[in-house]
Amino acid sequence: MIVELGHFALVISLVVSLLVSVVPVYGVMKRDAALMALAPIGTLVVFGLVAIAFAVLTHAHFTSDFSVMNVWQNSHSLVPAIYKISGVWGNHEGSMMLWLLILTLFSAMVAAFSSNLPVRLRTLVLAVQGWIAAAFSLFIVLTSNPFIRLDPAPVEGQDLNPVLQDVGLAIHPPLLYLGYVGFSVCFSFAVAALIEGRIDAAWARWVRPWALGAWAFLTLGIAMGSYWAYYELGWGGWWFWDPVENASFMPWLAGTALLHSALVMEKRDALKIWTILLSILTFSLSLLGTFLVRSGVLTSVHAFASDPTRGIFILVLLLLFIGGALSLFAFRAGTLRAGGLFAPISREGALVLNNLILTVATASVLIGTLYPMLMETLTGEKISVGAPFFNLSFGLLMVPLLIVLPFGPLLAWKRADLAGASQRLFVAVLAALAVALAMYYAENGGPVMAILGLAAGFWIVFGALADLWGRAGFRRVATDQAFRRLFGLPRSAFGTALAHLGFGVTVIGIVAVSAFATETVTETKPGGVIDAGGYQLRFDGMKDAKGPNYTESRAHFTISRGGATVGDVWSSKRIYVARQMPTTEAGILTFGLSQLYVSLGDPTPDGGIVVRIWWKPTILCIWLGAVIMAVGGFVSLSDRRLRVGAPRRAANRGALAPGLEAAE
Amino acid sequence: MTRKQKRLAVIGGGVAFIMAAVFLVMFAFGQSVSFFYVPGDLAKANVQPGTRIRLGGLVATGSVVRGQGSTVTFSVTDTTGTLVPVTYTGILPDLFREGQGVVAEGVFGADGKLFTADTVLAKHDEKYMPKDVADRLKQQGEWRGEEARTP
Repeated sequence: MIVELGHFALVISLVVSLLVSVVPVYGVMKRDAALMALAPIGTLVVFGLVAIAFAVLTHAHFTSDFSVMNVWQNSHSLVPAIYKISGVWGNHEGSMMLWLLILTLFSAMVAAFSSNLPVRLRTLVLAVQGWIAAAFSLFIVLTSNPFIRLDPAPVEGQDLNPVLQDVGLAIHPPLLYLGYVGFSVCFSFAVAALIEGRIDAAWARWVRPWALGAWAFLTLGIAMGSYWAYYELGWGGWWFWDPVENASFMPWLAGTALLHSALVMEKRDALKIWTILLSILTFSLSLLGTFLVRSGVLTSVHAFASDPTRGIFILVLLLLFIGGALSLFAFRAGTLRAGGLFAPISREGALVLNNLILTVATASVLIGTLYPMLMETLTGEKISVGAPFFNLSFGLLMVPLLIVLPFGPLLAWKRADLAGASQRLFVAVLAALAVALAMYYAENGGPVMAILGLAAGFWIVFGALADLWGRAGFRRVATDQAFRRLFGLPRSAFGTALAHLGFGVTVIGIVAVSAFATETVTETKPGGVIDAGGYQLRFDGMKDAKGPNYTESRAHFTISRGGATVGDVWSSKRIYVARQMPTTEAGILTFGLSQLYVSLGDPTPDGGIVVRIWWKPTILCIWLGAVIMAVGGFVSLSDRRLRVGAPRRAANRGALAPGLEAAE
Repeated sequence: MTRKQKRLAVIGGGVAFIMAAVFLVMFAFGQSVSFFYVPGDLAKANVQPGTRIRLGGLVATGSVVRGQGSTVTFSVTDTTGTLVPVTYTGILPDLFREGQGVVAEGVFGADGKLFTADTVLAKHDEKYMPKDVADRLKQQGEWRGEEARTP
């Protein structure tokens, strides 16, 4: 009965979404305030209904109601409670429900917190959100209904895929979706602005908080997914350039570009058309990602769905939304007033360069991801474009970005003094080189290029600090006054510095791991000692153990360095009972920011076992950097200027006299 | 510089960057795209030793030899019955089994017979077979359907 209630709520939400998509637009055309007022109310109702449907599905999973096909296929009575809940989105139908829930959550937030928007714009934004919600509800109801019942109900479920039974997976999809579905708001704002045919700096001010929030969540989501793949899949890799990873990475790259171009639009009333286009492209890439992951066109660790009707359905949605939005753009962009001019050496110039590099990099990832599919469709030839392609093309494209990034925040708007900025960054360059050399020698060599890579990472970190240092005026004014000025800086200044610093930290982690990681594959017997990454691992033997829904054989290692024991670690092979599926649970021991990663292989006939050990120096920097970036995003979001709903005065002024904004 | 020259310089710089990126992408493609073959294709495909390919098929029953430290040898086969010997050093995926689908990435040795794999991917879970392998086996009429998920 409860399940039918959820099903019912989902169907009604579809109907209400359709209503929200059509009636308020008619209201806008007829200038009928009553009809336009339907949009926020309807949006909130849709969110309520979808939340009910989602709660019902969660309830069915939590109580192991195997009469629901989705629960039967993806759960088991012995699965621990937390994975019963995360199992809701550990499958195709449930993850689409999560997608819809988050989409409608964002729509509801727009409805609730945007009373300061011009009413026509707000109505149109909500209507566009309504189109997306209606399309995806229709998709769920027609092709991916999670509420289908089984009769008679099976006694036991088929179990959740064991690699998904992990805390990382419980958190990863919600974060990821908060990110890439969050960009739908930017898309809706862009489409609404195009329909209205009028955009100004205030538009960027409204859109930027949404882009910032979505971007910060997406950053966390991608980092979480990467860490999950690292420790759960047992291969010791943290990024595989897997199409599913690329699917979330492309919106991130485009979203990063969007954040920066919206800044130019907000401050200088320039790059308007480009910003609108980027808003459309960013969410288009999110939709493309959804298509790639959910249609089953890919083979990868995450692709659970394989049903052509779904693929075609999403493809049609994709063409409709992306094609529609881009046609609208092509049709209306010419009527938009172009923005102001600026010198190449200026903050705007730097941000344009940032956009150029990021969009080209996005394009290279897109090509590498789609090319194999295109080739197979056209010629039937099966090829694979692997990590070497992306490392080479994307990696080299990032080089100019790494070099110019610290200059950006130091340049003034309109016309800047490059020599002055270089002077201020001179110390940062020297410090970066010195630290990189020191780290290189501490790691006892490695490829010489690593020095440059590390220096690039530290250069960005020190550059971000130099920015704050310069803004506070250390050395120019009295120290206590400089500290006062530092704490008086707007939050957005700290946000920028933190996000850039985090990026530098990630770069340091990536370079250090690529250059200095060591891998040892060897066979050992109980009592044997393995040398790996400067540590000695004594294999103490195997032990059988039993978990709630698996059995495992665990190997114990005592780890010592220079004769002193520094820790111990369990590494195991599990067999999940319900699916008879083996998994490898790596043993990971953390030393500061570095990790020792122990993975078990097959037993050998003479009683030994194959062990694979990686020493991953400063690997935690990769994810730590991403967390710092996201924190930077949230700090910037908490800036008064951007606080959702706060800048009412500014918004009104912007709406009345857009010309004034540029002078600010 | 006049305003017009400045603008030209900016646009020229942008175009140059994009051109450089296009060349880079093309070059990277040339370096790292690898083709997929099943054993039956190899006779006519003329794969040069040292060219990186992906070899897919089934692990031939009884062909897996372990116990040379961490090196494993096995043969990949398909319905044509062609056997391709593969050697791999490292840890095999959890789901690597005889008679199951597998994709090995690597190169043929100088004699063109022995395939040295640096990566071995196996069926990811009980419902999933490497897609390239499944497609080819379907073509060869050798697909033992695992897609049906009827209750």
